[in-house]
Amino acid sequence: MPEIKVTPLGAGQDVGRSCILVSIGGKNIMLDCGMHMGFNDDRRFPDFSYITQQGRLTEFLDCVIISHFHLDHCGALPYMSEMVGYDGPIYMTHPTKAICPILLEDFRKITVDKKGETNFFTSQMIKDCMKKVVPLNLHQTVQVDDELEIKAYYAGHVLGAAMVQIKVGSESVVYTGDYNMTPDRHLGAAWIDKCRPDILISESTYATTIRDSKRCRERDFLKKVHETVERGGKVLIPVFALGRAQELCILLETFWERMNMKAPIYFSTGLTEKANHYYKLFITWTNQKIRKTFVQRNMFEFKHIKAFDRSYADNPGPMVVFATPGMLHAGQSLQIFKKWAGNEKNMIIMPGYCVQGTIGHKILNGQKKLEMENRQTLEVKLQVEYMSFSAHADAKGIMQLIRMAEPRNMLLVHGEAKKMEFLKDKIEQEFTINCFMPANGETTTVITNPSVPVDISLNLLKREMALGGPLPDPKKPRTMHGTLIMKENSLRLVSPEQALKELGLNEHQLRFTCRVQLQDPHSDPDTLSRIYTHLKSVLKGYTIQHLPDGTVMVESIVIKVSSSAEEPNTKVLLLSWSYQDEDLGSFLSTLLKKGLPSGLSSM
Amino acid sequence: MAAHLKKRVYEEFSKVVQLPQEEAPAKKLRLTKPSKSAALHIDLCKASNPTDALQYLLHFARSSVEAESVEGVVRILLEHYYKEQDNSVRLKIASLIGLLSKTQNFNPESILDDTLNTFNTEKSHQVLAQLLDTLLVIGTQLPESPIVRHRLIEVAYKHLSDTYFGVRNKCLQLLGCLGNVDTPLNKDGQGLVPAVIGGSAPGVSGGVCVRDAQSLISDYFADQDPRVRTAAIKAMLQLHERGLKIQQTIYDQACRLLCDDYEQVRSAAVQMVWVLSQLYPESIVPIPSSNEQVRLVDDSFGKISHMVSDGSWVVRVQAAKTLGNMLQVSPHFLEQTLDKKLMSDLRRKRTAHERAKELYASGEFSSGRKWADDAPKEKVDTSAVNLIASGACGAFVHGLEDEMYEVRIAAVDALSALAQSSASFAEKCLDFLVDMFNDEIEEVRLQSIHVLRQISTNITLREDQLDTVLAVLEDSSRDIREALHELLCFTNVSTKECIQLALLELLKNLTKYPTDRNSVWKCLKFLGCRHPTLVLPLVPELLSTHPYFHTPEPDMDDPAYIAVLVLVFNAAQSCPTMTALFSDHTFRHYTYLRDSLSHLVPPLRLPGRTQAPGGNGIEGSGSVESAQLFLQQSLGRISTIHNLQDPGAQDLLNFTIRDLQRLGELQTELAGAADFSATYLRCQLLLTKALQEKLWTMAVPLCLKHNAMATAAAKQMLEETYKLEFLYSGLENRQVATIHHVRLQAKALQLVLTARTRRGVEPLISVCEKFLQEVESFQRLFVVELPHLQESFVGKLLDLSPKLSACKPGELVKILQTTLRQSGFLNLQLPKQVQRASATIIEPTGESDNPLRFTSGLVVALDIDATLEHVQDPHNTVKVQVLYPDGQSHVIQPKPGDFRSPGPHRHRLITQVYLSHSAWTEACQIEVRLLLAYSSSRLCKAAWSDSSTEGLQPAEGATEGTIPFGKPVKVFIMPKPARR
Repeated sequence: MPEIKVTPLGAGQDVGRSCILVSIGGKNIMLDCGMHMGFNDDRRFPDFSYITQQGRLTEFLDCVIISHFHLDHCGALPYMSEMVGYDGPIYMTHPTKAICPILLEDFRKITVDKKGETNFFTSQMIKDCMKKVVPLNLHQTVQVDDELEIKAYYAGHVLGAAMVQIKVGSESVVYTGDYNMTPDRHLGAAWIDKCRPDILISESTYATTIRDSKRCRERDFLKKVHETVERGGKVLIPVFALGRAQELCILLETFWERMNMKAPIYFSTGLTEKANHYYKLFITWTNQKIRKTFVQRNMFEFKHIKAFDRSYADNPGPMVVFATPGMLHAGQSLQIFKKWAGNEKNMIIMPGYCVQGTIGHKILNGQKKLEMENRQTLEVKLQVEYMSFSAHADAKGIMQLIRMAEPRNMLLVHGEAKKMEFLKDKIEQEFTINCFMPANGETTTVITNPSVPVDISLNLLKREMALGGPLPDPKKPRTMHGTLIMKENSLRLVSPEQALKELGLNEHQLRFTCRVQLQDPHSDPDTLSRIYTHLKSVLKGYTIQHLPDGTVMVESIVIKVSSSAEEPNTKVLLLSWSYQDEDLGSFLSTLLKKGLPSGLSSM
Repeated sequence: MAAHLKKRVYEEFSKVVQLPQEEAPAKKLRLTKPSKSAALHIDLCKASNPTDALQYLLHFARSSVEAESVEGVVRILLEHYYKEQDNSVRLKIASLIGLLSKTQNFNPESILDDTLNTFNTEKSHQVLAQLLDTLLVIGTQLPESPIVRHRLIEVAYKHLSDTYFGVRNKCLQLLGCLGNVDTPLNKDGQGLVPAVIGGSAPGVSGGVCVRDAQSLISDYFADQDPRVRTAAIKAMLQLHERGLKIQQTIYDQACRLLCDDYEQVRSAAVQMVWVLSQLYPESIVPIPSSNEQVRLVDDSFGKISHMVSDGSWVVRVQAAKTLGNMLQVSPHFLEQTLDKKLMSDLRRKRTAHERAKELYASGEFSSGRKWADDAPKEKVDTSAVNLIASGACGAFVHGLEDEMYEVRIAAVDALSALAQSSASFAEKCLDFLVDMFNDEIEEVRLQSIHVLRQISTNITLREDQLDTVLAVLEDSSRDIREALHELLCFTNVSTKECIQLALLELLKNLTKYPTDRNSVWKCLKFLGCRHPTLVLPLVPELLSTHPYFHTPEPDMDDPAYIAVLVLVFNAAQSCPTMTALFSDHTFRHYTYLRDSLSHLVPPLRLPGRTQAPGGNGIEGSGSVESAQLFLQQSLGRISTIHNLQDPGAQDLLNFTIRDLQRLGELQTELAGAADFSATYLRCQLLLTKALQEKLWTMAVPLCLKHNAMATAAAKQMLEETYKLEFLYSGLENRQVATIHHVRLQAKALQLVLTARTRRGVEPLISVCEKFLQEVESFQRLFVVELPHLQESFVGKLLDLSPKLSACKPGELVKILQTTLRQSGFLNLQLPKQVQRASATIIEPTGESDNPLRFTSGLVVALDIDATLEHVQDPHNTVKVQVLYPDGQSHVIQPKPGDFRSPGPHRHRLITQVYLSHSAWTEACQIEVRLLLAYSSSRLCKAAWSDSSTEGLQPAEGATEGTIPFGKPVKVFIMPKPARR
C-alpha cells in the first residue's frame, strides 16, 4: 500500500527549530529548517544526521521549502545547505527570500561577533545559500520534477508567510507553517481551498486558547496610549524588529492620522528600515485596506513615525517610542526604560511574551524595585501594561482551517504536547479523522488510497454507455467489464477482444457446470418442458428457447435433464454457463434448487 | 388516448396559426422594405467563406432594423442558417435572431416556429445553447401567451439531458423564467394547455404528460457541473419570484448544497435556504445525530450563520446579508451569534466585554495595571468545549472581524436589522457595534455609527461604552464626527457622570474643530431635552455658581459657554425647579440666546418674568395645532373672495400674505405650507394688480408705465409658478394643477400684453397657436382635476374651446382678456405636508477677508459644504453656480459621490468647485449659490405613464431651468497675473 511518512526533526511537540521531513510517493521533502531560541549548543539546529550519517544531503532530499522568515523556521538553512551540504532547490516566497538574509545576517552577527562563537556559518555562506533559493508566487503550481509539484497559499502571520501544498500524483500533504486566521492591521487571514490533502500538518501554538476579538485589544491599546500622551507622559513599546512592530506602527499611525494627534512617534532604527522597505514593496501580500489604498498612499510610508535618536529620550513632552528588543533584556529599549522608569506619568506597553529572567518578565510580574548592574536599584514608577498581539491561529482558527481544507488525516506540530493532546481529541471527535502528534525523530506513517488514473478506450466507454439505461450519474459509481493492460508505464482499459488482439492471444472459454437434483415424477422431456414454462414465467425479458435436441437455452445457458434408471423420480439437471454469464447462471442454479412449483402443466 | 387527442388538437391549432403568417407578411415586406433584407441577403450570398459571413453579420448587427422588416430579415438569416456549415456563423445568426426579436413593436410570435424548427437539425452544443438563449428572449417578450410558453418549455425539457453544460444551463434558465407557476395540471389536463413529458425517457415523442418544473429543476441540484447546479438554484429562485410556492422537500437538498465545493453554488444555496426559511418558518425539522427538533427558520439561521466563516468572501457577504433578513428567528439562536467562549490554556476566560461590564458593576474603574489581569480563572471541562461553533455560535463575532470590509459592512447592516426587531439583542450587540467604531475603513466606522443611531431607541449606554463612543469625537473626518453628534442626539445615558463626560468631550471637540459649532450645539440641545433630571444636579457646577460668592460673568461669545447654556436651558424646559439655580446673568443670557439662537433655546417659563414675546403664549405641541388652525382660517378667509376684482380683495390678500409669512417664520413645522400659500396668493395679487380695469381701457401709449408693470408682473408670476412647482415637496396632483393654472393665466396675460404692444398679426399667430397648444396639454394632463376647475379661468376657456381654435388671433386676445378678468379666484387646497426645499451654505462662510490667491488662468479649488433639506433627488437637481463680478457665471454639477444623506429628507453636499479667471487688479468678491434645476418634462412623463395611449410624444412645452435657493455666499478671490 502507498504511504506517506512524516518525521519531525524539530517542532515535534515543541516550539522552535521547525524542521519536518515528509516522504510522499517516493519523494523526500524537508519543510522548514529552523533554529531553537532556547539553546546555544548543538540542540540549536535540527539533527541532520537523522537523514544521513555522512556526506551531503542532496541525494536524499528532493527539495526544501521554507514557510516564512522567522528564525525558528529558517535559522538553520545556511548551516544545512553550506556546512552539512545540500545543493537542491530551496523554495520560499518572494518576501521571505528578500527578508530572510537580513535576519540571518543579524543572527550571525549576534552569535559570532557578540558571543564570539566560532564554527558558525559566515556571510558568504548566507549568500551562497540564498543563491539556491527558487522564489514562489501565491497559488502558483511549481513542478519540482516530473511528479512532485508544490503550491503556496496565503498564511497571514508575517509578510510572505505561506502554507504549502505538496503533491505527488493524487497524494498530497499540506504544511501550514505558522498562520493566522484573523486578519490584522497589515496582513490578511490565511486561506486555502478545499484541496482535501491526505495529511494536513498544522502548527498548534494556541491549541488550547480561544482568543478575544482583536478589536477589544486594539481599542485598549490605543486608549492607553492616547490617555498617557494626553497626560503628557511618554510611552515605551519594546518590540522585535519585524512582524508585530509593523502592525503596531500602522495601528498608531492611522490613529494619529484619524485623531489629528501631534505627539511624535519614534522607531529605534536598525534592520527595521531595510525591512520596512520590503513591506512597502510587497503590497500584494498585505491586507485589503493597504492594498486598496496604496495607490493614494502606501501605508508603510509613515507620516508620523520618525527615526529615533538617542538624544530624543530626554526631550520634554509626550512621545511614543518603539524600541528593540522586545523583552527589555538589553539594547536601546532597556536604556530608554531606565530613563523613564522613574516617572509615574510614563507607561510601558509589552506587546508580547517575555522569557523568564528578563527585565520585561520581572516588571510584568509587578516587581517595583529592580537591581541593575553595579548594585544600583531602579524604582519602577511608570505604568506597566501587557497587550497580547500574537499572530497565530487559535483553537477555533485551526478548526476553521481544517474545515476549509477537509484533510483525511491531521498532524500537529509546533506546540506543547499537553496542549496538543487536547486539540487532538477535539479534532478526532469533531471531524472523525485521524490526528497525529509525533515527537522529534518519531515517524508517522499514513496509508493512503490514491486513485490510479487509467486511460479507457472510447469504444468501450461508448459500448457501456449504450448498454446502461439512464444517463451516467457522476455521483454513483458503475461497474463495467474490460481488460486492464499495464504496458510501458501506462495503464489502459480496453475491451477483452481488443486486448486479445493486441496481445496476440487466443480466447479461452471458461464454462461452469452444475448439477441440480430434482424430485419430479414426470418423464424427462416433460420435466424439461415444465422447467421451460417455469423459467418463462420467472425470467421475463430474457430469451428462453426450448431446442428440439432436448435442451433449454436461457440466453447462452444450457439446461439438460437426465435421470438414472434406478431412481426415475430423481432428475439430474445439468446447467452449463460461460464465465460471462456468471450472474445469471448462479441465479438459475439457486432457482432450480428450490424445485419446480407444483401446478405447472407440461406442454 | 386522451393525451394523444389533446396533442392533435394542439398540433392542428398551431398549424392554423402558422400558415397565414408564413406567407403574407413576407410578401408585404419585400414590397415595403426591400433594401435592408435584400442587402443582407446579397451580402450573405456573396460571402465565400465563414469568416466573411461572420464579418457581414457583425457589421449588420450594428445597424438597427425597423419593426416591420424584422420578420423578413429573420427569414433570410434562417435561410442562410441552414446552408451554413460553420458553427460560429450559425451561433452569430442565432444571437442575431434573439437581438432582433427584442425590436420594439415587433411580435416575435411570428418567428417562433421557424426558430423552433432549427432545433431539429442543430448538432453543435454551443449553437444549441445560443438558440435556447434566443428562445428565452422570445419567451420573455411574450409573457402572456401560454401556448408559446408551453412550446418553449417543451424544448427546454427535451434538451435538459444534453451533455454540454451550457445547454443545460440555458434550459434551466428557460424553465425558471417561463416554467408553469400555477399548480401543475393533473395528467389529463384540460384545455389547450399542452402537457409535457418529463420522466425517464426524454425526447420520447409519444404521449406527453406533466411533470412540474420544480421537481425537474431540483434534479439538477446534483448535476456534475457546478455551473449547472448554480443555474438550477437560480431557476428555482426565479420560479419563487414568479410566485410559485417551493416545496419544503427541497430544504434538505439546499442545505446539502451549502457544503458544495464551488462558491457560486454555495452563494446561491444560501439564498435558496433563506427563501425556504421564509416560506416555512414554523415547520419542524430534526437535528441530525440527536432526537431533538427545531423550527426550520432556526435551523436555517444556524446553517447560514455557519457560512459567515466560509472560505470565499462572496459567500460570506451573501450569508451576512441574509442573516439580517431573518427576523423570525428565536431569540435564543439570535443571541448565540454574539457568543464566543474564550479560553486560555484550557481555562475559561472572560471576554473584555464581560470584564468591562463587571468592572462597571462593581464600581471600580479600569485597573488593567497588572500583567495577567485578565488571567483565566476557572478550569474548563475539556469534554465540554465545543471548538467548532455549532449553529449560529459567534457568527457575528466572525463577520465583524472579517478581512474584507464588504463582509464587515454586511454584518453591521444585518446586526442593525436584527437589533431593530429585538430589544434584548440590541442590548447585546451594543458592545460589538461600539467596537466597530475603531475599524480601519472609514465607511465601516460611519456605517456602524449610523446603525447605532438607528437602534438607539432600544438601548441605554453604560458609562464605559459611552467613553468608547466619545473617543471617536476626535476623529479628523467630519462625516464621522457629525454622525456621532447625530448619534448622541438620540442616545439615552444612565448617570449624571455620563452627561458630564459627554459634555466634556463635546467641548473638547469644539475647541479642536471649531467648525463643528452648530452640530455640537444641536447635539447638546437634544442631550438636555432627554435627560433633564440628570442635568439638574450638575447645574451649579456647569454654570459655576457659588452659594455665597458672585462668580465672574462668562463671556457671551464663547461657543463653549453657549454650548453649556444650550444644554442647561433645554433641560430646564421640562424641569421647572432648575431655573431657581440660575444667576442673574444667566437670565440675561437666556433672553439674548432665545432671540439669537431660537432654534436651539426653547421658551422657558421663568418665575417673575413676563413671557418672552416671541413665544406668543402658546407652548409645546399645542402651538403647532393652533398655528395650523390659524393657517386654515386665513385660507378660509381668502376663499370668501369669489372674484379678484371685488373691492377689498386686494387688501385681504395683502394682509393674509403678511400673516402667512410671519407664521412661517415662527412655526418651522408649518413654514413650507405657509410659504407655499403665501407665494400662491402673491401670484394672484400680482395678477389682480395687472388686470386693474381702468388702465386696460386706455390706449397703449398712454399707459406705458402700466404696461411695463404688467409685463414684469407676468414674468414674475411665471417664475413663481416654477418655484411653486419644484421647490416644494409633498404636492399632490391637485396642487400641481392649480400651479399650472396660474402659469396659464400668466401666459395669457403675456399674450394679451404682446397683442397690445405689437403691431401686426404675423407674430401673434404663432404665439396664439402655442398658447392653444398649452391649453390643450393642460387639459390632457389634468383630466381628473378638471371638475374642480369649473369656475376658473381654464374652466371658462375650455367651455369656449371649440370656438377658440377657429377664431383669429385678435378675437382670441379679446376673449382671453375678458376671461382673465371674469374668472373666479381658484381656491388653494393645502396638502397634508408641504415642505420647502432649502439650502444653507455652511462653508465658505463669506466672512473671510483674506482673498483666495491664485495665478490667473490656472485653477483654484473652493471647498463647499452645504446642507440641503427636503430636496428630492439632489444628485440630479442640485447645481452650484459661481457668479464672477464681470457677469460671467458658471454652473457646476457636483459628483453624485459628493452628496451624503445624514438623515431623512436631509442631504449634505460637500464638494469642490474649480474657479478660474483672468487677472484682476484688486481682490474681488464672487458669488457662490446653489441652484435647483428643474425640467417640466420629468413631471409630464410621470403623468403620462398612467395613460400610455399617448405614445411617445416629445415632452411638449417642456421647460428647463433653474431656481436659485438658499442664500448666496460671497468669496474674495484674487487671480494674479502669472509671473514670468
